[in-house]
Amino acid sequence: MSLITSTSPHASVKNNTGAFMRQVIYATLPGLAVLTWQFGWGSVINVLWAVAVAVGCEALFLKARGRHVGFYLKDFSAVLTAVLLGLALPPTAPWWLTLVGVGFAIIVAKQLYGGLGMNPFNPAMVGYVLLLISFPVAMTQWVAPGEAPSFMQSLQLFTGQLPVDGLSGATPLDTFRTWAGNESELASHGILHGDIAGQGWEWVNLAFLLGGLYLISRKIITWHIPAGFLAGIAAPAFIAWQIDPARFADPLFHLLSGGAMLGAFFIATDPVSAATSRMGRLVYALLIGVLIWVIRSFGGYPDAVAFSVLLLNLSAPFIDYYTQPRTYGHDKPNRGTGGA
Amino acid sequence: MSDVNYKKISMDGLWNNNPATVQILGLCPLLAVTGSVVNALGLGLATLVVLVGSNVCVSLIRNYVTDAVRLPAFVMIIAAMTTVIEMLMQAFTFELYEILGIFIPLIVTNCTVLGRADAFASKNPVLPAALDGFMMGLGFLVILLILGGMRELVGQGTLFTNMQLLFGPMAANWQLNVIDNYGGFLLAILPPGAFLGLGLIIAGKNVIDKRLKEIQKAKASDEPKVSRRVRTTGKVS
Repeated sequence: MSLITSTSPHASVKNNTGAFMRQVIYATLPGLAVLTWQFGWGSVINVLWAVAVAVGCEALFLKARGRHVGFYLKDFSAVLTAVLLGLALPPTAPWWLTLVGVGFAIIVAKQLYGGLGMNPFNPAMVGYVLLLISFPVAMTQWVAPGEAPSFMQSLQLFTGQLPVDGLSGATPLDTFRTWAGNESELASHGILHGDIAGQGWEWVNLAFLLGGLYLISRKIITWHIPAGFLAGIAAPAFIAWQIDPARFADPLFHLLSGGAMLGAFFIATDPVSAATSRMGRLVYALLIGVLIWVIRSFGGYPDAVAFSVLLLNLSAPFIDYYTQPRTYGHDKPNRGTGGA
Repeated sequence: MSDVNYKKISMDGLWNNNPATVQILGLCPLLAVTGSVVNALGLGLATLVVLVGSNVCVSLIRNYVTDAVRLPAFVMIIAAMTTVIEMLMQAFTFELYEILGIFIPLIVTNCTVLGRADAFASKNPVLPAALDGFMMGLGFLVILLILGGMRELVGQGTLFTNMQLLFGPMAANWQLNVIDNYGGFLLAILPPGAFLGLGLIIAGKNVIDKRLKEIQKAKASDEPKVSRRVRTTGKVS
């Protein structure tokens, strides 16, 4: 029997940024699989192309900035950004859409700010919002659930040879927003009444939930951000739904529609752009959730994960300032320059 | 001040102390109206005229206005100049006047104009003051044009659209369709596009400045060195 003779720490697992990022990428696989099952091969093509673009842009700019290209590429952060953006884009996205979004995310939102760890905003969401504002038509064309195009059709959509109009349909969130307040119309749209929640999207969100729970079990992320995020959506949704179920969707529908689970477990949890303390993370995530519900219910866009995450990214330093934990031996946390 | 350095005044306005890329003044019109070349040119010319006019007037009255009331006096002059320009544009380029809207009267609040009046024109004779106003205005106009061109090209795929608003019917066919069947890139036309574009222009200027400095340094180090200290240990700064 051999005894460990070295001094502490005795950590036997070697963790580095690359290993963590790879774990997160693996955790998106169930979600990607369900997206493919429901909406065809478009998402897989998106993710692969996005990764290629991201690695290319990252390498180019690391070289231009005089950094060690191989070392920084191995942290897999660019790949993760590309995977998340690829998952968020519609499966019908043509190649140039992904190229512009991922290029902007990596070059402007990440490298121009100083690379990994320096970006105040989540790069994937910056890329997404850029595309949503610049190309609203291309960004809101989703495939109708269950009518997934064939692999060849997906490929033709990607190269732009096939017009997207014939294949696209409204998402559950779109449909609800259009007919909110009209009870008979809401009852007649099958897309709103899947097995659990909105058709197709229910399974996508459950798959991302599964991946997220894996991340929590591996201690890659803590429970604070996902719990706050989902509670922030569910609580106001429940109250409003109790008051007027024809006008407001039920909480389960909200939690299992659009980017809710992807946002809660994979996007808001980005350690660079989120708040840092436990209390801060709860507040940060709760506010993201509330904002998503507000924009979904009253705003001009059917989903709002990207906008909400970016707005709270902006507020993260402010939240950090007011949620700084007390250090041992002090009555109050030291804030500002004077400090108590 | 008999030995006025006209070359330095010109270089300051156009490059070394450019109002848009170095002083970062007048951002409001710079960011708001540079969606196309014609808007940028219209507002740039208006600002140029106001700058020259206000600099000349301020320089003329510089010995008669006391320090305590100089700023109100300067603002009155600038406001008068701006009103003249606004009325001229209303008379001769009405459509452009409608498009630029509030940003023409807002030239009064352009910090470049008051800044040059106070920092240069109130301390210098008429001729250098006029040149300073012209060069600063030209420097501002050039940046406006570059930014307008960039945003129009990226945003719509065209250049020089609607130039007839400024140059009359003969300019109606000046539009260049650089990219055919361009879907449009809305972000470039929206305000974020202006911030990004200006950021890139400033970065570009800084890169050029850095290169120029390196070249100068290389030239200087080519010259034979008179004495050289010799050390055997370590590096000496």
